[in-house]
Amino acid sequence: MTAATEVDARAIRRIAFNHRLSHWDVKLSPYLYISPFFIVFALIGLFPLGYTAWVSLHDWNLIGGQGDFVGLENFQTVLAQPYFWISLRNTFSIFLLSAIPQVIAAIAIAAVLDFNLRGKTFWRMGVLLPYVVAPVAVALIFNDLFGDKYGVINQLLNTVGLESIRWHVDVIPSHFAIATMVNFRWTGYNALIFLAAMQAVPRDFYEAAIIDGAGRWRTFWSLTVPLMRPTIIFVIITSTIGGLQIFDEPRMFDQYGQGGASRQWQTLTLYIYELGWNQRNFGRASAVSWLLFLIIILIAALNFYISRKISATSDKAIKVRPIKARGIS
Amino acid sequence: MRKTRSIGGHDRRPGFWVYGVLIAVLVGSFFPIWWSFLIGSQDATAINKNGMIFVPGGNFFANAATVIDSIPFWNALLNSIIVSSAVALSVVAFSTLAGYAFAKLKFRGREGLLVFVIATMAVPTQLGIVPLFIVMSRLGWTGSLWAVIAPGLVTAFGVFWMTQYLKDALPDELIEAVRMDGASMIRSFWHVGLPAARPAAAMLALFAFIGTWTNFFWPFIVLDPGNPTLPVALQQLQAAYYVDYSLVLSGVVLSIIPLIVLFVFLGKQLVAGIMQGAVKG
Repeated sequence: MTAATEVDARAIRRIAFNHRLSHWDVKLSPYLYISPFFIVFALIGLFPLGYTAWVSLHDWNLIGGQGDFVGLENFQTVLAQPYFWISLRNTFSIFLLSAIPQVIAAIAIAAVLDFNLRGKTFWRMGVLLPYVVAPVAVALIFNDLFGDKYGVINQLLNTVGLESIRWHVDVIPSHFAIATMVNFRWTGYNALIFLAAMQAVPRDFYEAAIIDGAGRWRTFWSLTVPLMRPTIIFVIITSTIGGLQIFDEPRMFDQYGQGGASRQWQTLTLYIYELGWNQRNFGRASAVSWLLFLIIILIAALNFYISRKISATSDKAIKVRPIKARGIS
Repeated sequence: MRKTRSIGGHDRRPGFWVYGVLIAVLVGSFFPIWWSFLIGSQDATAINKNGMIFVPGGNFFANAATVIDSIPFWNALLNSIIVSSAVALSVVAFSTLAGYAFAKLKFRGREGLLVFVIATMAVPTQLGIVPLFIVMSRLGWTGSLWAVIAPGLVTAFGVFWMTQYLKDALPDELIEAVRMDGASMIRSFWHVGLPAARPAAAMLALFAFIGTWTNFFWPFIVLDPGNPTLPVALQQLQAAYYVDYSLVLSGVVLSIIPLIVLFVFLGKQLVAGIMQGAVKG
């Protein structure tokens, strides 16, 4: 009798213990599963960005390490350097030359891929092919195509009676060549994103538009494009964040990698590299990093704000149509 | 299956001009790659004179041999394989685990933390390179592959991607059923979560692999010239042979072959992955 109750009591204790264990298992496991991301982000993302601000307030040498606290002196020095402003101009110029044509071309290619094609997969893969070529390799290939003396593009220009362009000497031509490398690699990728957005447009909408008497062109502009707006915003914001940090293509545009003799195509990230690893001045490199960080945040916020406004007004315009569509079908 | 359609809802086959446009686009995406082989197979005298080149020369293997002798090519290839595979594996493991938690488990602060993860995608972490370099040199990791692998161990994109996928792909009832049978949390992840995540995990691995393979900025800063990845080795090739583009471009051809082969086999999956991500993202 007593033995039996003792066994019972032990069993109950064991169950209670298991229960408590499983309670903690349920409570803590989710946090454990998501913790790797937060640890890595804290160590690789957050901490370095914060520490960049700290380094930027000091004399800091690549080899010698931390020196005196100098306040905002690094910022003042950097902002007084003509190279900083040249880099800023180049960064924006290259970014605009790549982002705008790229989005337009990607939407156009997506529209063509959206036809009821034979061999869909083949065309889609063909468009995506450049994506697997590393930017460094792309840069080396286009360097040759854009060669000042024997480059194919200049030879073609000569054939049709035009002067050679000094791609590696003049400011805007060098930006154009670098932007072309970026566009080569990313246009097809973005076209597929836009294609997916186009295919998500419900079929009824098109039928309604046709019944309303809208032609193909009109349907595209007043139905497909507005409905793709969230995707377009997404692509623009991600390409802003990436585009303003561009390094590989301008670094590889000549063998010296400093952005040209008079820094015609030096970007801000190249400038950070030059300050930090050629001049070994980590303090100034950090100051420029921090400035670029602020610029990117500012532009991204601006992007977001403008696109919010635009989509708010266009939503009103579209809202009428789905109701109409439902009424008809 | 989605019914196929074209702009304006027409189901009929498009005209020839559409194929004409597509062929032009394809030529644009293929020509530069073809060009690298065209030039990479010439010798220096052939390319440094006026006139166009239309046919491959017979010098590719000679050029390739010079390239392999002058940069640590095999070492770079091996390093690229190691680094890209390690990052792909780790991204998939950690992202699937986190995505499972965000999509299927209930815990305090879930919504807020997920929003935080998504917001970090907008943080330009590349700008933290100075401190990152300082940390790596303190750890004594500069020049080692660990320095390249560590920052890529798990990405916000990966977590978000797996969360979105598992939300729809894994029914809650299935998890409840295994839990009822007394499986612990990690066991139910292993037996139910992981199998359901497989298709999305494979795609994520592919993108992580390509992303790491083509990455240049950070490896260029942190690795030694003697022990590079492929893009870093290509930079050395350019620095050494700037005048002889037949050599440089034969090196380019060598370096892009692995991913082109990968693309031939898995390009279809890449296309599907990008298009799925676009609709969900």
